[in-house]
Amino acid sequence: MARDGGVTWRRTEKIDRFNLSATDTAEELHVLAVDDSLVDRKVIERLLRISSCKVTAVDSGIRALQFLGLDEEKNSNGFNDLKVDLIITDYCMPGMTGYELLKKVKESSVFREIPVVIMSSENVLARIDRCLEEGAEDFIVKPVKLSDVKRIKDYTTREFRVGEEERTRKGINKRKQRDSFDLSSSSPPSILSSSPVLSSSSPESQSPSPSPPSIPSASSAPSSPSPIDSHSPTRRVKTTSSE
Amino acid sequence: MLGLAADRLRADMNRLLAFLFHQGILDEQFLQLQQLQDESSPNFVSEVVNIYFHESEKLLRSLRSLLMDREFSDYNKMGIHLNQFMGSSSSIGANRIRNVCVAFRAASEQNNRAGCLRALELLEHEYCFLKNKLHELFQIQQQRVLAAGVRYPMQNI
Repeated sequence: MARDGGVTWRRTEKIDRFNLSATDTAEELHVLAVDDSLVDRKVIERLLRISSCKVTAVDSGIRALQFLGLDEEKNSNGFNDLKVDLIITDYCMPGMTGYELLKKVKESSVFREIPVVIMSSENVLARIDRCLEEGAEDFIVKPVKLSDVKRIKDYTTREFRVGEEERTRKGINKRKQRDSFDLSSSSPPSILSSSPVLSSSSPESQSPSPSPPSIPSASSAPSSPSPIDSHSPTRRVKTTSSE
Repeated sequence: MLGLAADRLRADMNRLLAFLFHQGILDEQFLQLQQLQDESSPNFVSEVVNIYFHESEKLLRSLRSLLMDREFSDYNKMGIHLNQFMGSSSSIGANRIRNVCVAFRAASEQNNRAGCLRALELLEHEYCFLKNKLHELFQIQQQRVLAAGVRYPMQNI
């Protein structure tokens, strides 16, 4: 993966501070995939693995909550070595829907920072809106493709790095944090100033799936540059996944 | 001689794939699955497709038993099965099957039992056809592996 010196420097500093493992596995995102369909689980698992993510796939919202440690009201910080960086869930599931899972995650003080992406085979605008309003990071219309995974990985990676800083300043709204970070950081602006709005226009993404991420990110838009930046070469350099 | 066999097999495979795509039996999602197959996961496509076959047959049996029941009225349950079938079919690129599911679901939403029965028959037929064709495809691919393996290290198919 191409990295510039600024990012590497930042990560090393954080590793020292938080005593994280400095191995490559610390770089890999850990994704929790939730889908009741075995076929879809197999596909999403492969899509994520081939995109260099660690994957835990479960077949229901309840199991997802169990894995996170949410349902038992336990403090899950200790238990799970593999902290979840992203949750990707199907919308239509028996028992707990993806929407209900999303709400539970966002209601949790411990887990609400984790980006949640909803997948659905139905392209229903009302459903998409509802999910985004509840705090979903993105909404993917199935079937999920490699370009979809690359897109969500892009902005998740960015939040993953920025998120480390936030954990030392509790209770600050994530988006406000991103803004102040933009101003104070000495890292190349392309890394931090790209908002999720831009990730949907990655070069290879020709999928017809909607690009609603612009809606929830609107709160960060004031300090973010216009979408024109998405075409800037510096942003492409930042992109970790290869074509 | 082995070279000729490999060439012929590749031609057979391409012809079959072209036919399946041209007829709309498969769509680009199937290509996406093929792109996910590599040395680290050399049987990915057939593994996923076999899971799909297994699940589809269960769903088809459920649908048939629902409709065969003279006192059938649970269109809601049928809708759930159909959504599952539609979802998994779209995930592997089984385009025509998915389209029949859409029509089937429409009939179900209108509580049109006769329409549902017709759709189910069409679905069973499409499914059988797809299964045969994909088995044929996997057979050719296996033969290609054997033909190539004799002379070369295994290459991406």
